[in-house]
Amino acid sequence: MKRFADLYTALDETTKTSAKVEAIAAYLASSPPEDAVWAINFLIGRRPKRLIEIRKLRAWAIEEAGVPDWLFDESYQAVGDLAELIALLLPAPTATTGLPLHYWVEERLLPLRGQDDARRRESLIGAWREMDERQRFVWNKLITGAFRVGVSQSLVVRAVAQVSGIDANVISHRVMGDWAPTPDFYAQLTGADSSDADISRPYPFCLAYPIEGDIRQLENPGDWQVEWKWDGIRSQLIRRRWHTFLWSRGEELITERFPELEALGSLLPEGTVIDGEILAWKDAAPMPFAQMQRRIGRKALSEKMLRDVPAAIVAYDLLEDGGHDIRESPLETRRARLAEIVRSASQSGHLILSPAVEAASWEDLEALRRTSRERGVEGFMLKRFGSPYRVGRRRGDWWKWKVEPYSVDAVLLYAQPGSGKRASLFTDYTFAIWDKDELVPFAKAYSGLSDEEIRKVDAFVRRNTIEKFGPVRSVKPELVFEIAFEGIQKSPRHRSGIAVRFPRMARWRTDKRAADADTIDTVKALIGS
Amino acid sequence: MLRVTPDGLYCKAGDFYIDPWCPVDRAVITHAHSDHAHAGCQRYLCSEDCAGVLRARMGPGAAIQSAAWAAPISFQGVTVSLHPAGHILGSAQIRVEHKGEVWVVSGDYKLEPDPTCRPFEPVRCHTFITESTFGLPIYRWRAQPESFAEINAWWRANQKMGRASALFAYSLGKAQRLIAGLDPTIGPILCHGAVENLNRVYRESGVALPPTQYTGDVAKAFDWSRAIIIAPPSANGSSYLRKFGPVSTGFASGWMRIRGTRRRRSIDHGFVLSDHADWPGLLSAIDATGASCVMATHGYRAPLVRWLTEHGLEAMALETRFEGERDESGDTEMVAE
Ligand SMILES: [Zn+2]
Ligand SMILES: [Zn+2]
Repeated sequence: MKRFADLYTALDETTKTSAKVEAIAAYLASSPPEDAVWAINFLIGRRPKRLIEIRKLRAWAIEEAGVPDWLFDESYQAVGDLAELIALLLPAPTATTGLPLHYWVEERLLPLRGQDDARRRESLIGAWREMDERQRFVWNKLITGAFRVGVSQSLVVRAVAQVSGIDANVISHRVMGDWAPTPDFYAQLTGADSSDADISRPYPFCLAYPIEGDIRQLENPGDWQVEWKWDGIRSQLIRRRWHTFLWSRGEELITERFPELEALGSLLPEGTVIDGEILAWKDAAPMPFAQMQRRIGRKALSEKMLRDVPAAIVAYDLLEDGGHDIRESPLETRRARLAEIVRSASQSGHLILSPAVEAASWEDLEALRRTSRERGVEGFMLKRFGSPYRVGRRRGDWWKWKVEPYSVDAVLLYAQPGSGKRASLFTDYTFAIWDKDELVPFAKAYSGLSDEEIRKVDAFVRRNTIEKFGPVRSVKPELVFEIAFEGIQKSPRHRSGIAVRFPRMARWRTDKRAADADTIDTVKALIGS
Repeated sequence: MLRVTPDGLYCKAGDFYIDPWCPVDRAVITHAHSDHAHAGCQRYLCSEDCAGVLRARMGPGAAIQSAAWAAPISFQGVTVSLHPAGHILGSAQIRVEHKGEVWVVSGDYKLEPDPTCRPFEPVRCHTFITESTFGLPIYRWRAQPESFAEINAWWRANQKMGRASALFAYSLGKAQRLIAGLDPTIGPILCHGAVENLNRVYRESGVALPPTQYTGDVAKAFDWSRAIIIAPPSANGSSYLRKFGPVSTGFASGWMRIRGTRRRRSIDHGFVLSDHADWPGLLSAIDATGASCVMATHGYRAPLVRWLTEHGLEAMALETRFEGERDESGDTEMVAE
């Protein structure tokens, strides 16, 4: 556990990816498989759900620290993170622990779930008394289900590849899907042979960067396959050994949520993996994303919901054909084969080939792109002919060419502290627009500013607070920001009557005063534009 | 006996100020940090160890008088004496006695030993005006040798990786304490000009420091990767660092105990080391004075005041300007000291 806590600290302290990979590789190389596999499990973000209620954790920590409630809460204000607060506040450990990570996870962490409160309290306090501050912090993060560390899956994959000598693409495929963190799995992961692989396992998704600057830098439009960029749930549909699996990009198995797509699986040839986008689809057109959200928000799927909001998968690519990984074959070969498979399953009505957009020039494409919003898409995807299907986000072969986001000038009205490393700064803001002579809140945003700007806004908030409501402060309406967002729709639940998707701060308009911000009427006019 | 006026903490009976924030006639100074020693006063009184550093800060024209430790000085029947506070070289607590009543103003202080200044001495009093920069129980310093071992190990590891070590610390006090704790057998210790100037004053005042060199004075082909460079925090991210080649940066401060503060500063490594008392230190210092009334200045005053009140003392927060823009932004120690 000490070594894992040290690894966490090392990863937390550096932003250099090479140093992170080195640290993980060093840990894996010097750990027994039963520890290494848990480390990988946690580092790639598979974390246990919260094992102890926050309320109880707090009460037991207060008892153990011997401080009054109010002082615990004051200290929380300064630290901004419960796991860290408890680690710092508890008395120094009375013993040390040399027990390994897998002991702490398997013998102490996971059993917490079945235990009664008395046992859990005893186990937890016992753990705290043996752990130093770093270990306590990691431990508290694990038991509260909040363990997070700044490494991407691809960095962990690189470290495993480095330690095992197996190609990173292979490792990256092997860590996908559903596996148990056992020494056996670690042996499979790092071993030369993997024919016994899990049949549900998806491939890593290939992701695109947004194109920046002039589209003409891509030179000849004829080198590119152009598709619409659909706004749904990116997923993989897998058919292997008479089973169908549907994975989301978040690596969640979502087969049960889409019975119509599971049924579609039986029409696919054995050993097929399709990359596509799940959309709410009716009358040969996508429905607004809000409909899909409504559907996935429901625990149980009613007959009515299946009828009102039917799903289809718009197929982008074919990754596995006849049980063979074909990601290295050129795009047009994969696409031709994909088209055949879609045709042969056409009777289902739930599988659609993502149409290729034909245009002679970038100018023609630009004109078409302007019709994106009325078509319910987000712009274009550009894929280079001849390119393989790559792992993760890469520059060069795939680009997304989105429609310009909407943008609105709004006034900062409320601010509250962020969480984690932003806990002692006011980083989460609510913005308002004018409704006659009143400012109504219309969007919340917490990203888009530089650290320098955040510090300035933070100082402004502290100097210009009007009222405090718990952690939230209302501030003098003075600062104006350009808020960019991707979608807008009517929403009776919001005071402004509208809801926006993915709002973020595009720019601090230091050149504008509050009176110059946009009005509710101009913003409402964007709906349906 | 003492009260806060627009110009600073004032003793009417003796007609003098303690650490005033405006130019006044007579100022008694706890220590030479900028939030405690303001320029422009007619006359200054400070401890005998403080005179050198105060002179370096105020220039040759300032009228500085120094007092021997614990020697009584009379201001119109009010007796003033200075007692070590353990914060930086020459830092003093100021004892003020009038008609049998005793007040002590702590200035900034710490209880841990520090080879660059005299150790804190508790002084019995009726009213104690204490700092409370780190007035929360999350602030608990670990044993000092551990912190220095960590800094020396970091320096060694950087050497191995072929990169220089740049350690940021406030140039008066913290820098010299760090230098005194470094292991000079590891490699050369280089200092930013602001730090090197004060090193000289420290040495002239009789403080032993390992050899240091001004960064501007080294030969062209100097191998920076073996060196540790001590510089004020403002040098971070500036062009100053460029000439050292590959560099790992560190910052030594009590605020580094909080992960969020560590991460927000763009530094590679945060070391927890403060010249202020931690929570247990504050409580034991207050206890040792025997004071029945405590007033808190700096930082987390409210929690300390409430804690003391709940433990039977008369306690209150005192509004002073010793903290400048006190918030949690992590830049404050430079001001708060
Ligand atoms: Zn100070
Ligand atoms: Zn101070």
